[in-house]
Amino acid sequence: MANEFLEPITEQTFYLNMGPQHPSTHGVLRLFLKLDGEYIVEADPVVGYGHRGHEKMAESHLYEQFLPNSSRMDYLAGLIFNHGYVAAVEKMASIEVPQRAEYIRVICAELNRISSHLLWFGTYIMDLGGFTPFLYSFDDRENILDILDRVSGSRLTYSYCRFGGVARDLDDEFIKATREFIDRLRGRWNDYHNLVTKNVIFIHRAKDVGLINRELALRFGCTGPILRAAGVGYDVRKAEPYSVYPEFDFEIPTGTTGDALDRYMVRLQEMEQSLRIIEQALDRLPEGPIRSAVPHKVRPPKGDYYFAVESARGALGYYIVSDGTSYPYRLKARVPSYGNLQVLTDVLPGTLVADTISILGSIDIVVPEVDR
Amino acid sequence: MSLEDLKEELSKVVEPTAISPRDHDKDGCLLEIRATVDQVESVAKAARQADLFLESITATDFTNGPQVIYHYNSFVTISRVLVRVPLARGDSVPTISNVYDAALWYEREVFDLFGIRFDNHPDLRRILLPEDADFHPLLKDYGKVHAFRSREDIYG
Repeated sequence: MANEFLEPITEQTFYLNMGPQHPSTHGVLRLFLKLDGEYIVEADPVVGYGHRGHEKMAESHLYEQFLPNSSRMDYLAGLIFNHGYVAAVEKMASIEVPQRAEYIRVICAELNRISSHLLWFGTYIMDLGGFTPFLYSFDDRENILDILDRVSGSRLTYSYCRFGGVARDLDDEFIKATREFIDRLRGRWNDYHNLVTKNVIFIHRAKDVGLINRELALRFGCTGPILRAAGVGYDVRKAEPYSVYPEFDFEIPTGTTGDALDRYMVRLQEMEQSLRIIEQALDRLPEGPIRSAVPHKVRPPKGDYYFAVESARGALGYYIVSDGTSYPYRLKARVPSYGNLQVLTDVLPGTLVADTISILGSIDIVVPEVDR
Repeated sequence: MSLEDLKEELSKVVEPTAISPRDHDKDGCLLEIRATVDQVESVAKAARQADLFLESITATDFTNGPQVIYHYNSFVTISRVLVRVPLARGDSVPTISNVYDAALWYEREVFDLFGIRFDNHPDLRRILLPEDADFHPLLKDYGKVHAFRSREDIYG
């Protein structure tokens, strides 16, 4: 019998599949890790489990028909993707947008950014073993979902923007609820910092973990809070202003070292900046129409166009080739998580498996956005 | 780096006539470069020299062969550069993954969806589709599309 046993394993390294159904991978992501004991030698993120072919779908749909697809790429920041797509087509077809509609879009996009960051906050801390902050952040996030549900009719995959405006006007109830939410969330920062930021276990799990500096970010094309945590104040809202963002006074929070703790701090500060934008937008919300007259079928002139917006995870770009008909000839979404996830191949080697959870969580990826 | 410096840097590697300015307010790009397959790598090196990052690599399929598009941008000022590389069907493109690591995945995606091969790419596997897929879905002769046009149809 003994000779039927396998040869003893003499190799020092072995492979581990983390995912595709691992709770901390937030979506269907598989990390194929080559391990030496507890240390990672090589990491290969395997994506594509959620590939739906949005870019192919665009080629057989009218510009209007593709509208709901946009928010389904990144379901946590759907409104920002929606806004980006609509703004791209408007620019191509030279469609004017009423000022009130632009303000409404900014208010809703910033609310969506906060809700995305709140979800990240809760799940990141839960990945690290803290359950309570998750309940706090989801409680707050629920408020945003209610507010956006009221105006857009959906809680997650908003398709609220229309070419030339938005689908529905804001009412007094929305404005009241949003103002209440701003006060409420501001009152929460203390709780968040007391619960998490000052927590010594959290600090040990995040400080000096997963360093991503400017050089690395440039090589991999990382954008968003990851890049800003490395001290680069690059934000499309400031660098390449779109919509009515230039009218608001807000700052771009940056970190210094680019570790997980910096990324955490940058996102928390970003939420406060988003609150500031919303507050200013509500104060100055102009009266007027919410939609301009747009032809039934949009026909942008021939050529190729690129339009960038800042999603919750970084620079999102739509590259659209138009052949002059009402169907896009080619539509490509440059999604921020693509580069942000790929950087793991460089960051993970040399770290512990336990740190993978912290690094992955601090990067805040949405896998269906990578898969498209 | 200012636009003029960038132009100068790039004109070292491509003919000045291949560089044309574009209106950022209209279509989101500042410069457009028509490069040949041989120039792809030197353009990437010049972009890296100019402190640009690789924003995306993608392609579009036309009746007279696909076209690969590179977007470079800067963290500092708006300087989106679009590099257009027209190909004949079956042509391969040299990889720029030795210049930008981001190209490793972008090139895998273009290979996956368009079947365009990148020479010397260290790991040219499919990325979004299953490994055993035998088609390239973003080619215009696959599935349902509205139109299949030639390059000249769109760019004149």
